[in-house]
Amino acid sequence: MWGQQVVFWLLAIAMGAAAIGVVRSRDVVHSVLFLVVVLAGAAAQYILLAAEFVAWVQVLIYIGAVVVLFLFGVMLTRSPMGHDSNRLDNDQRWAAGVVALLIFGVLTALLVDAFGGQQINFGPELVAQGSPQAIGSDLFRTFIVPFEVVSMLLLAALVGAVVMARKD
Amino acid sequence: MELNQFLILSAFIFAVGVYGVLARRNGVLVLMSVELMLNAVNLNLIAFSAFNQNINGQIFALFIIAVAAAEVGVGLAIILLIYRNLRSPDLDQVEQLKG
Repeated sequence: MWGQQVVFWLLAIAMGAAAIGVVRSRDVVHSVLFLVVVLAGAAAQYILLAAEFVAWVQVLIYIGAVVVLFLFGVMLTRSPMGHDSNRLDNDQRWAAGVVALLIFGVLTALLVDAFGGQQINFGPELVAQGSPQAIGSDLFRTFIVPFEVVSMLLLAALVGAVVMARKD
Repeated sequence: MELNQFLILSAFIFAVGVYGVLARRNGVLVLMSVELMLNAVNLNLIAFSAFNQNINGQIFALFIIAVAAAEVGVGLAIILLIYRNLRSPDLDQVEQLKG
């Protein structure tokens, strides 16, 4: 239990700092790298919560595919790289900061009020629940229709992206 | 471990994502902030899945990951079009509909 807490707080501090780095960095590529830290930290948190299959999907899809897409986006739009670029932010930084602080404050107050002191039970059944076997059997029995709908959505998004990005 | 420590971490990352969506001008960076928010939601779902000993939260997280991948693909195509038409990836240049 003590080791879990240490790992959680190390990951939480790294994720929080990297998340701020994503939105405050002066260089687009640095932002992408900070995003990798946040995504990898989230995958580690999933493992901490005994959701190993989702953790590996997170590593494969997010860190493997989505980050590469973002790097392609940075490259193709010639987003400013280098430290002289003050053009990444607009002029509503203060308003955005106030809104974000308000959201964080309200959510924290609500969560402390609703779930304060509730513990997660880590037992053998929790570990079995996150295994690929359990997820697969649930996904292909209970959630087979949403699964097929998502595959159609991915196909539509793929075709739509190609149609939009094509030059003609 | 307490449930709340995961939930508050996820609330923090969500709030940072909101800040990024509101304060960033570059379209790619706005999409990255949206990814931050989606990840915060996923962390929430997994934490509740462990708390309730119910696998459905993990399945929802998988669906969110799939939809997020589709969203990034289409979103980057849109930003590419904006860049091609306006010669800039900045979202505040998109003002042709402004009266």
